[in-house]
Amino acid sequence: MPISSLRYRAWREKAMKGLFFLSAAFSLLALGAIILYLFANGLPFIAKIGFFSFFFSTTWAPLATLPQYGIFSMVLATLYVTALSVAIGAGIGLLAAICLFRFVPSRFVTPLRWLIDLLAGIPSVIYGLFGLVVIVPFIRDYVSANGMGYGILSASLVLSIMILPTMVSVSYDALKAVSPLYYEGALALGASREEATFKIVLPAAKSGIFAGLVLSTGRALGETMAVIMVIGGSPQLPVSLTESVRTLTANIAMGANELTSDALSALVATGVVLFVFALILNLSFSFLRGKEGGHV
Amino acid sequence: MSDLKAFRRSRNFFASLKITSMVALGLSLVALVSIVLFVLIRGTGNITFQLLFGRYGTSPSIWPAFLGTLLLIAVAVGAAAPIGIASAIFLSEYAERDFWLIRCLRIATETLAGIPSIVYGLFGYLVFVVACGWGYSLLGGGLTLAIMILPLIVRSTEESLLAVPMALREGSYALGAGKVRTIFAVVLPSASEGILTSLILAMGRVVSESAVLIMTVGMVVNIVPVSPLSAGTSLALDIYYFASFGYPEEASATAVVLLVFVLSLNLLAFLLARLFERKKGLHGQS
Amino acid sequence: MDNLDWAFPSSAVEVKDLTLHYGPYEALKRVSLKAKAKELTALIGPSGCGKSTFLRSLNRMNDLIVGCKIEGQVLIGGVDIYAKKMDVSLLRKRVGMVFQKPNPFPMSIYDNIAFAPRTFGIRKKEELDAIVIASLRKASIFEEVKDRLRESALALSGGQQQRLCIARALAASPQILLLDEPTSALDPISTAKIEDLLAVLKSTVTIIIVTHNLQQAGRIADTTAFFLLGEIVESGTTEDLFRRPKDKRTENYITGRFG
Repeated sequence: MPISSLRYRAWREKAMKGLFFLSAAFSLLALGAIILYLFANGLPFIAKIGFFSFFFSTTWAPLATLPQYGIFSMVLATLYVTALSVAIGAGIGLLAAICLFRFVPSRFVTPLRWLIDLLAGIPSVIYGLFGLVVIVPFIRDYVSANGMGYGILSASLVLSIMILPTMVSVSYDALKAVSPLYYEGALALGASREEATFKIVLPAAKSGIFAGLVLSTGRALGETMAVIMVIGGSPQLPVSLTESVRTLTANIAMGANELTSDALSALVATGVVLFVFALILNLSFSFLRGKEGGHV
Repeated sequence: MSDLKAFRRSRNFFASLKITSMVALGLSLVALVSIVLFVLIRGTGNITFQLLFGRYGTSPSIWPAFLGTLLLIAVAVGAAAPIGIASAIFLSEYAERDFWLIRCLRIATETLAGIPSIVYGLFGYLVFVVACGWGYSLLGGGLTLAIMILPLIVRSTEESLLAVPMALREGSYALGAGKVRTIFAVVLPSASEGILTSLILAMGRVVSESAVLIMTVGMVVNIVPVSPLSAGTSLALDIYYFASFGYPEEASATAVVLLVFVLSLNLLAFLLARLFERKKGLHGQS
Repeated sequence: MDNLDWAFPSSAVEVKDLTLHYGPYEALKRVSLKAKAKELTALIGPSGCGKSTFLRSLNRMNDLIVGCKIEGQVLIGGVDIYAKKMDVSLLRKRVGMVFQKPNPFPMSIYDNIAFAPRTFGIRKKEELDAIVIASLRKASIFEEVKDRLRESALALSGGQQQRLCIARALAASPQILLLDEPTSALDPISTAKIEDLLAVLKSTVTIIIVTHNLQQAGRIADTTAFFLLGEIVESGTTEDLFRRPKDKRTENYITGRFG
């Protein structure tokens, strides 16, 4: 039977379409499975402990004789670290992108971008290693008031370096995408090059830059390895920038050995909280992006 | 008079912003370069034959980690690539008429991409370590990584497919080819460079990942894995282990190895792009 | 319909009251036309009047467009090509198409030509070689490329690429060849070469060509139809249409008053 017999071909068209569809549906399936496993294991636990005492209590002691499961210290630490690292990293990244875009001679731009993109591929453990061996001792010896190197400050510094390449890349592309007519128009009206760039081009690129911001925030929020190597790991309420604390991600990673069934469910519940945070971040981004008329 | 002052002040302010931005660029470059330099300086001296290829006895070896990493790449990319490419084909070639279907699938892909890696680790633990009863295993880690890199592959494959001009497809249809033949004989070959690049980048992702593995493969640093179901470790995970358990020299040395690995992958992607430029049209597919 | 050698009983085309909608927009309004077998029919008219849409209805390329609705009949050799049992692949084998902008595949010249035969099951090297050479000859391009069949088709000039596309379409053994403004993107010399080869080709293959170029229609077409705003205003032998147009709009277009 020749391969190109018509009946076979009709069958083949249908079969392949089905195969392709199933593969595409797999993403949906995987997402469903993840949500199912997390929520099925985590929600009942939260219900059992009570949402308020789970989320807002600051005592985390799953292996004590009277186990306590309060994650608020971790929530705070996560928020502090994310906010600080994004403030530093995205801020510097944006300024660096502007410099690359406008104030660097064009023959240097491609090699510099190439360099920065290359550095975007450095694994997060290596950032953690750098943080552990360079940043933590530095903070401990020259900055810290209490002689402690671990903590929110170190973690934020490490994370801000980590999100630099992303922020620079995305912001640069956003700036590049702005029509050069805006810049030329501003110059023609008498603005200096810097004024034209900061007052006209930068605002025009804001949706792309905002996308970069959200990306960076997501990375900072979800990072685990770089954080656990420099933040200390003690589940206490963060009061200063240089004391040993934990983020939500660190809580899950570090608790991986505490495996009573309740402790495991507590970890899953922490994962649920983290998942919801990430979801809120992504959804509000998509929503805002949709509102601006589909700009990206 | 006051106009001139305000004008000058504004000019100076923005000029100072320019200087700030140059400082920012400088800082960024210094920070990023110093990480690489730090790793290279501290680590290269500590690379020994024992560390790379020896047996993990009284002195550490990353040979188990090396094997583990290769296995993870094979499982993760081997599982995610066919599914991801097929998904992208469906989204770009078949799904024009079903607006809601596409939206659902896209939202699913986007959401998957936004899940923190440690949550994937948790999922992998619950499913593969506990529910499947495998305990810690490289297979479980690899499959979890597969789900994690799936959105990446789908997204960039779809981009590559959409970049193939419609005129090429029309030419194929007008010659009597059906959709399947058009996809395999015309569209995929045209998109193949982009797809291959995205697979290599996905490999880079797998090699760099550690949060997922910390919960699924067991971080068994000293035993050479014998099967996919063995527990094991990876290069990235070993760095964490060495750093946290008192082997700073080995940590830096392993970091050098990992960096070389990741950089080689990027270089490979770059070279492949060049190779495809030359190969196009010489021995075309039928 | 399991036979890959199936062919239309004749290559005469008869279109009856063809109406086509893109969504709410009516692109073709009750168009009727007869194209005689083994002759060259030209479709002329100003831009955007439905000529290309009409052409694409003859090999059901409009099926690819979402929201496209067709009423009326298209008969080739008496066979309704929109009937349920019509295999679209076979239709397109027998009704070939060349596009306005050359679209060679990013493959070798050989593989481009061999694409259609391979689609329809021909695998033996000797058979493929024969078809490739014959098709390139019919498209008047064999001499120019015979030494570089394995090189990329993209390395050819625009005019050569278009003749390659004609050869590629001919390799499928079509009974009808549809050409959508095939020379509008080409220089005069390439245009002349293609017009010459079409004049020879029409004795074996029915040709329907959309063209903006009135002189071109005058040179090579046996029958000409004038399209305006989705309708055929007038059609007839080329000489009758050009010398003695019956409709004032036709006369205006031909004498250059608009379009």
